[in-house]
Amino acid sequence: MRTMLLSFLSVAALLATAPASAEGRLTIYTYDSFTAEWGPGPQVKKNFEAECGCQVDFVSVADGVALLNRVKLEGVSTKADIVLGLDTNLTAEARATGLFAAHGATPQVNVPGGWNDDMFVPYDYGYFAVVYDTEKLPTPPASLKELVEGDASRKIVIQDPRTSTPGLGLLLWVRSVYGDEAGAAWEKLKRRVLTVTPGWSEAYGLFTKGEAPMVLSYTTSPAYHMIADKTGRYQAAAFAEGHYLQVEVAGITVAGAKNPLAEKFLAFMTGPGFQDTVPETQWMYPAGETDTPLDPAFDKLVKPAKTLQFSPQEVADNRKAWVDEWLAAMSR
Amino acid sequence: MTRPEASGVEVRLDKVTFSYGETAFAFDVAFRPGCIAAIMGPSGSGKSTLLNLVAGFEMPQTGRVLIGGRDVSGDPPAARPVSMVFQENNLFAHLSVEQNVGLGRSPSLRLSGGDRDAVAQALERTGLGGKGRRLPRELSGGERQRVALARVLVRERPVLLLDEPFASLGPALREDMLDLVAGLQAERGMTVLFVTHQPEDARRIAHDMTFIDAGKPVASGPVGDFFGEAGPEAFRRYIGLS
Amino acid sequence: MADRVASAHRDARVAAGIVALAAISLLIGGAFAGLAFEGLRDPSGALAAFDPYMLRVARFTLWQALLSTLLSVVPALFVARALVRHPHFPGRGLILQLFAVPLALPALVAALGVLALYGRAGYFAGFLSTAGGETWPGIYGLSGILVAHVFFNLPLATRLFVEALQTVPSDQWRLASQLGMGARAGFRLIEWPVLRQALPGVAGLVFMLCVTSFTIVLTLGGGPRATTLEVAIYQALRFDFDPARATALTALQIVLTLAIVFVLSRLGAGAAAEANLSVAPRRFVSAGSGETVLNAALIVLALLFVAGPMAATVAAGLQADLARLVMEPAVQGAALTSLVLALLSALLAAALSMALVMARQALALRRAGTRRPLLEYLADTGAGFVLVVPPIVVGAGWFILLRHVADVFAFAPVLVVTVNAVMAMPFALRALRPAYDAASVRHERLCAQLGIGGWTRFRLIDWPWLRRPLATAAAFAMALSLGDLGVIALFGSDAVQTLPYLLLARMGSYRTADAAGLALMLGLACLALMFLSARLAKEAKP
Repeated sequence: MRTMLLSFLSVAALLATAPASAEGRLTIYTYDSFTAEWGPGPQVKKNFEAECGCQVDFVSVADGVALLNRVKLEGVSTKADIVLGLDTNLTAEARATGLFAAHGATPQVNVPGGWNDDMFVPYDYGYFAVVYDTEKLPTPPASLKELVEGDASRKIVIQDPRTSTPGLGLLLWVRSVYGDEAGAAWEKLKRRVLTVTPGWSEAYGLFTKGEAPMVLSYTTSPAYHMIADKTGRYQAAAFAEGHYLQVEVAGITVAGAKNPLAEKFLAFMTGPGFQDTVPETQWMYPAGETDTPLDPAFDKLVKPAKTLQFSPQEVADNRKAWVDEWLAAMSR
Repeated sequence: MTRPEASGVEVRLDKVTFSYGETAFAFDVAFRPGCIAAIMGPSGSGKSTLLNLVAGFEMPQTGRVLIGGRDVSGDPPAARPVSMVFQENNLFAHLSVEQNVGLGRSPSLRLSGGDRDAVAQALERTGLGGKGRRLPRELSGGERQRVALARVLVRERPVLLLDEPFASLGPALREDMLDLVAGLQAERGMTVLFVTHQPEDARRIAHDMTFIDAGKPVASGPVGDFFGEAGPEAFRRYIGLS
Repeated sequence: MADRVASAHRDARVAAGIVALAAISLLIGGAFAGLAFEGLRDPSGALAAFDPYMLRVARFTLWQALLSTLLSVVPALFVARALVRHPHFPGRGLILQLFAVPLALPALVAALGVLALYGRAGYFAGFLSTAGGETWPGIYGLSGILVAHVFFNLPLATRLFVEALQTVPSDQWRLASQLGMGARAGFRLIEWPVLRQALPGVAGLVFMLCVTSFTIVLTLGGGPRATTLEVAIYQALRFDFDPARATALTALQIVLTLAIVFVLSRLGAGAAAEANLSVAPRRFVSAGSGETVLNAALIVLALLFVAGPMAATVAAGLQADLARLVMEPAVQGAALTSLVLALLSALLAAALSMALVMARQALALRRAGTRRPLLEYLADTGAGFVLVVPPIVVGAGWFILLRHVADVFAFAPVLVVTVNAVMAMPFALRALRPAYDAASVRHERLCAQLGIGGWTRFRLIDWPWLRRPLATAAAFAMALSLGDLGVIALFGSDAVQTLPYLLLARMGSYRTADAAGLALMLGLACLALMFLSARLAKEAKP
């Protein structure tokens, strides 16, 4: 037993790399679709390194939730200077950890509903939407109400709010439209739900395989199909009540506050060197200033009549109760 | 070629008791040094158990096993001055005849020149000259037991235990093998404990006989005493004489 | 000298087993300690875990796992029997190798493959709609979960049963045909006793695999009514970050599984009831013509059931731009990482299992009574329970333990390898044990008598007999590790980008075609491994 532990430790000692956040280095924790070769990561790294004459190290985990967990687990000893990839449903929890520092800047950002947060700076945003297959569903629901009350044989695939961000998004969307009637709405909507998947990938996979004519995704999803696949087959349905907003943000850790590059990066993040990469890698709307105009496909996307949003604090306070309400309704 | 340690020693089971499930055994018996003792008795009477106790495959619950006056009760099988030939599975099927014999010299098969010579001589002596490279499956049943005996030769232990090693051979072949054992014993002076079902085997090569019934030795003595009119009653019944 | 060798050999195997058990307990226990330590800060979650919601989840977990086990294992008995009765069935070897592939497929790929056939838009949807008189609703719900679980586990159980049947000595078959035993008598007198011995082991294994099902249950379950404890554990750790609750739920999952597997073990005959992936060379069996037709039909049905979703996976994979995919540095890197990690896991799994198998046999030989001592039990069935410890728990626990000691990222590959190895070990055990036990029966006394022990014995005596089963065990372990997302899924790391990880990443960024192509590559890699192990096994015949 001891030898096992010792060998573990010696491997650790061997593999442990030199401490980061030395002069001229910036360590950014993010999720892996950001650093993937089709994500914005590579271009962002190149652009910022050229500007600062420093080195950027990305460390990536599965998604925003894993990102926050990781920072929580590492605590003050985290190597991250910047954590990039939380969304507004997580910021209240992130703030409560005490591991993030105020950024002390007034970022030039443009997100629906305005932005006022001393710790987190947005870099992109999008709206949740029901994406549908035009070949299977010529007349999509025009409102959340129509979705909830419509033909039960026209199915939708949704995600589980217990395990995924879009799942939580739909939960909040229904809640923001129906309020305390949300439970009853879910009981009606349940008839149309083909299945509830653990994450976005599974749901979108089922949708593109033709299992259901509708899926919960983003208003920007059709842009991918129009630009990359050259097809207008998949479209988002505009809902009269408005669409729920998701904003993705970055923040500086307490440790990173000592690294001057961290502030610099946040400023860079809201400028064109970062923002130009956002639309066609993240398939979201840029939150800051861009140099190149958006692809015309983005003009064809649904523009929400109204932006729906809970404050991070409201989400943090009610998430458990609302998920329980959802569980009760869906399990009945 | 006879070495001091290869000459026979006394084998004694001193008030040994042992039980296996419901069956209880009690052995208090000695075997003369340098002699062949036949061990006979009905099936299940405890013949093989006696050998296993001497070899160290079974541990006595009480009592001691003494070989040459030394208490070996606690010794593992390989540490005892004993070689054993089983009825079957005496050879490793994937090792050649030479290697199987060589294991008697070095359990890791690191053989010196002297060891190799000893192996070759032993093969020659047991009539296996020129067959050293073969695999066990290329040999007949009798030849396989000869390999086992060749290994006994190179191990040079003063006690040899034979657990019905020739039971599955034909009569002529069995007699050849018995003569080989007798010859080897005469050369080396080993103490041999020989379990058999065949009275004529005992008559042919044994000096002494121990008859076991229901887990106990019931008669012991020179083999000739057993086959006369005055032979022990249980033994006479066993071989169908009365 | 002889003394030392003999006593060393007596204990070397047991000692090796103890080291292996200690390593496994350290891995699992360490993780638990880490989580429990973190959980102590706020232990309220542990108690709160036992609410009505959890009872419902636990009930559903056991119910679906029991049904899945029943539906996988019972047909597998007959398919295995058919395969053994017809050793010259066309493509028999290929079928058996194909049956190893589902194990290596990520659950999501398998779910999509199953849906490609039986989903609302599946190949059979049109036919089923006509037959049913209304639009085919798909197989969402319990039925979907069961179909997918049977797809995973029927082939596994079949393989295990085939191996068990092959331990029947050919003399018995000769005797049976000489006595004119019909199919029914042959089954009752020869096959069933062997199968019954293997049954608890196989059923227990399948049950454990189904208990921990996650993606399948959520994706095909149709709604949150279909929730397993594994989902709740994942939720507790990931979303609520409540280590106390996660620890309590994991403990519950282990206790419940332990109880069921104990009951299953009572179904078997004898004390040594274990299934095996053995390797014996095979013989002829004769079957009547009516039975031949029936058996052929059974085999073809099972093959269609298993090959269907795989064919759908292949068809989808061929749509991908495979040439470009193969040339991508990211794909090549991930493939290499996957292979290296899987290879290391396989080696470790084989070594661990070897140690356990040797220790178990040494202990079994030493014991006098019929009751198995705890250590022997642990070295055998006990070690299998690692399957019900969620990898996310192991990952999180060790992360908590190590975060202050060292760079946790550096540990990711080490953790991936050890967790995969330990998870593959129950399978490797089944491949190794019968071969080792059989070799031991032949060699034990001779080795004791000649004083051959320890490493010498392994190298000289056991190795030639174990090369084949070790190759089988390692190939299985490698296939399992190849498809595993394991601990990486929790923390992710740029250092360990494996093929399944890349697959999910592509899938998560609209690149469904790429993902399908990667799934095809994974499946092919697994099939290649199975071929390789079969080839190795042939060459290494002692």
